Amino acid sequence: MTYSSILIQFLNGLASASSLFLVAAGLSLIFGVTRIVNFAHGSLYMLGMYVAVGLAGQIGFWWSVPLAALAVAGFGALVEALLLRRIYGAPELLQALATFALVLVVKDYTLWQWGPEDILGPRAPGLDGAVTIAGNRFPEYDLFLIAFGPLVLAALWLLLKRTRWGTLVRAATQDREMASALGVNQRWLFTSVFTLGACLAGLGGALQIPREPATLLIDLSVVVDAFVVVVIGGLGSIPGAFVAAFLIAEIKAFCIGLGYSTLTLVIEFIVMAVVLVIRPWGLFGRKPVLPRGPGAIERPLTPPSRTVIAALVAVTAALALLPLAYGGYTLVLMVDILIFALFAVSLHFIMGPGGLHSFGHAAYFGLGAYGAGLLAVRAGAPMEVSLAFAPLLAGLGALVFGWFCVRLSGVYLTMLTLAFAQIIWSIVFQWDDFTGGSNGIVGLWPAPWLASKTAYYYLTLVSCVAAIALLWRVLYSPFGYALRAARDSPTRADAIGMDVRQLQWAGFAVAGLFAGIAGALYAFSKGSISPETMAVSRSVDGLVIVLLGGIQTLTGPVWGAALFTWLQDTMARNIDYWRAVIGAVILLLVLAFPQGITGFVAERLEQRRT
Amino acid sequence: MSVLAVKNLSKAFGGVQAVRDVSFAVAAGELLAMIGPNGAGKTTCFDLLNGQLAPDAGEIEFEGRSLRGLAPREIWRLGVGRTFQITATFGSMTVRENVQMALLSHHRRLSSLFSLAAKRYRGEADALLARVGMRDQAERPCAVLAYGDLKRVELAIALANQPRLLLMDEPTAGMAPGERGELMQLAADLARGSKIAVLFTEHDMDVVFTHADRIVVLSGGELIAQGSPQEVRAHAAVREVYLGSYA
Repeated sequence: MTYSSILIQFLNGLASASSLFLVAAGLSLIFGVTRIVNFAHGSLYMLGMYVAVGLAGQIGFWWSVPLAALAVAGFGALVEALLLRRIYGAPELLQALATFALVLVVKDYTLWQWGPEDILGPRAPGLDGAVTIAGNRFPEYDLFLIAFGPLVLAALWLLLKRTRWGTLVRAATQDREMASALGVNQRWLFTSVFTLGACLAGLGGALQIPREPATLLIDLSVVVDAFVVVVIGGLGSIPGAFVAAFLIAEIKAFCIGLGYSTLTLVIEFIVMAVVLVIRPWGLFGRKPVLPRGPGAIERPLTPPSRTVIAALVAVTAALALLPLAYGGYTLVLMVDILIFALFAVSLHFIMGPGGLHSFGHAAYFGLGAYGAGLLAVRAGAPMEVSLAFAPLLAGLGALVFGWFCVRLSGVYLTMLTLAFAQIIWSIVFQWDDFTGGSNGIVGLWPAPWLASKTAYYYLTLVSCVAAIALLWRVLYSPFGYALRAARDSPTRADAIGMDVRQLQWAGFAVAGLFAGIAGALYAFSKGSISPETMAVSRSVDGLVIVLLGGIQTLTGPVWGAALFTWLQDTMARNIDYWRAVIGAVILLLVLAFPQGITGFVAERLEQRRT
Repeated sequence: MSVLAVKNLSKAFGGVQAVRDVSFAVAAGELLAMIGPNGAGKTTCFDLLNGQLAPDAGEIEFEGRSLRGLAPREIWRLGVGRTFQITATFGSMTVRENVQMALLSHHRRLSSLFSLAAKRYRGEADALLARVGMRDQAERPCAVLAYGDLKRVELAIALANQPRLLLMDEPTAGMAPGERGELMQLAADLARGSKIAVLFTEHDMDVVFTHADRIVVLSGGELIAQGSPQEVRAHAAVREVYLGSYA
C-alpha cells in the first residue's frame, strides 16, 4: 500500500464512521436512559433511508434529509408513547422482544410502501463531484460526511453537558433509580430521549442515500453494527460510541484496502470480543450500578405434579399415533415443531434456570447442522454416525465460547454471545471450499431405512422427546439446582463453595450440545443447509419462542415452539405480509401477557384453585 | 490456640487507608465483636477476611493456614461460614432447598446430573433448620419469608459445612429490637455449644455488650482498643470516639 492509498482508505473509513456514529449514539442514549435494547433502531435507520429517497424526488435531497429525520423522530415518539411506555416495568428480554416485533412490522410496512427492489438515491446537489487528494479522486459528499460526524458529536456533547435536559439524561444513565427518586419526570425524559435517538437514526439513514441504495436488508445489519459499536464504546457513552464507530469503520476500510474484504463480515465481532474480554464494560463504559434490593422474584421450580406428567405422557402418545391419521405435510411441519421445541428447551435451560441471556444460540444449532452436513458430505460418514457426532461439535463450540461468555454479565454477556454467533456465521459463509459458502451443503439424505416421512418423524420424535426429558430431568439434579442457585444469588453461591463461573460454563456447554442435536436433526430433515441455519434471525426466533411460551415455566418453550412454528408456517404460505402479522401478534402477546402464555395459564389455574 | 489470627492487616483504596495495621485473634467458642463508628473499616476488614478483597499487607491465618489470595469459595471449603449484612438466599428455592444446596456443596455433589436434588440430605437439612427454629417453615419459598426468619435460614446455611469459624456481618441489621437479642442469643448458643469461633460486627450496642466475650474497636481504619466488654466500656479512647470530646 502506498501512502496515498492509505490516506484514501483512512478517509473512506472516516466517512463511514459518521453514519455509524449517528445510529450508535441514538441507540446508546436510549439504552442509557430507558435500559431498553432497541432492536428496532436499524429499522428507524432504514425508514430514514426510504423516506429520504421518496422525498428527494419531489423536494430535492437537501430538504429531504432533515424532513426524513423529523418524520422518523415523530414515528419514534409515537412508538415510545403507545408501546414502550407500557412495558418499562417488564423484564428486559421482553422489552427486547417487543422492539424485535417492531422490526418485523416496519420491514413489512416498508415492503408494502416502497416495494421489494433496492432504490438508488440521488446524488447530493452541490457535492456531487470529486476532489483530488494525493492523486486519488475522492467524493466531495464523503468529505461532508467526515465533517458532519464530529459536528453531531459536538452538538450532543453541548446538549448533554450544558443543558438541564442533558444533566437529567446523564443522571438517569448513571443511576436511574436515584434520578427517579430525586423527582425527575421519567415519562417526559424517556419520550424525549427516544425521539432524539430515533431522529439520529433517521438522519443517519437519510444521509447515507447518496452512498448506497435503500434496501430492506439494511435494518438488521445496521442494528447489529450499532450494537457492536455501542458495546465497544461502553453502553450509554456518546464519546465511546464515537471512538468505537471510528475504530470499526477504519478497521473495515483497511480490511478492504488491503484486499481482505471478506474479513469485514467478522472483524468487528472479533474486535468486540477482544474488547469485552479485556474491558468488560467497553472502552468508555463504567461498571453499571446494580438495581437495589432483591431482584425480580423468580418462581420456584416445583417438580411437575402427577397430572402434568400424565398430560405430557398423553401428548407424547398422541404424537406417536399421529402418522396413523396424518401424513405428508403435517408430518413435515411436526418434525419442524419438534426440532424447534428441543432448540427452545435448550435455550431455556441456559436462559431461564441458567440466567445467561444468549442472543447467539443459533450458533450451536448451526454447528450441529454443519457438523452433520460436513461429516456426511465431506467425510462420507454414514448418516447415523454424522447424527451422533455432530452435536459434539456444537458442544465443543459452546465450551470454547462459553469460557469467555461466563466472564461477563448482563447486556455485555448477551452481546458477546451474539458476537460469537456472528463469527461462526461469517466463517461458514465465507469458507466456500469447505462449508459451501452462501450456497451451503446440499444432498444430505437420511439413511434408506429413515428416508420415509413417517420414519424420519419417528426418529425426530424419539430423539427430541428423549433429549427434552433429559434436559428437564437435569434441572432437578444437584447440577440443575446449582445453576439456579448461581442465578438467584451469585454472592451466596460463592459463599457456600460453588464455583459460579465453572457451573455456568458447564451449563452453557450442555445447552450448546442439545441445540446441536436439534441442528443435526434439522440438517437431515431438510436435505440441505445454508448459513441461514445459524443466522441472527434464528437466535431471535429461539428467544421469541422461549419468551412467548414463558421463561418462568418448564414446558413453556415447547408450547411456544408449537405455536410459533405453526404460525410462521401458516402465515408464510397464506399471507403476503406475514412478518407484520407475526410482529403484531408478538406485540399483542407482550402487552397482554408479559409472563408468557404458559405463565399466564398457570397463574389463571392457580387463581382458580385458591 | 486461636482459630483466626489477623496480623498487621492493611488495605488502602486509592489514597484512603481503610484498614491500617490491624491485629487481633479469635479463639474457639469465643464471640468477638468488631465495633466502630461508620467508616471505621469494619466492612473492609470483613471483606478482607472472607476473600472479597485482597490485603495490601499483613496476614490472615485460619487454624495456622494463610487465607491470603484465596477466593470466598475456597475459604468456605476450609471451614469458614458466613452470613451477610443484607441476606442473600436463593429466592427460587424453598427454605429446605437453600440448606440442601449448602450441604450438596459441602459433600461435593454439585456436579451430579441424575440424582434428585430435593431428596439429597433432606434429613440433615431439617436437623439444621430445627437448630435455628425454622423446621416448620422448611417448605416455604425463601422469597416470602419475614426478614428475621431469613436471617435464621442464613445461619442454618452457614452451619451446613460444620464451620470452625463464623463471620457474621451485622447479623441483626434490619431486625426489630426484640428479634435482635433472640437471634444473637441463638447464634451465641450454637457457637458455644459447637466450639465455633465467631467474629461479628454490630451497631446495636445492647447486642454487643450482652453477647460478646471480647470486643475490638476500630476507628479510622485502626484498632484503638480491645478487651472484655467491661474493659472496652471503660476505655478512654473508645469513649472519645463514640461520645466525642465532651465525655
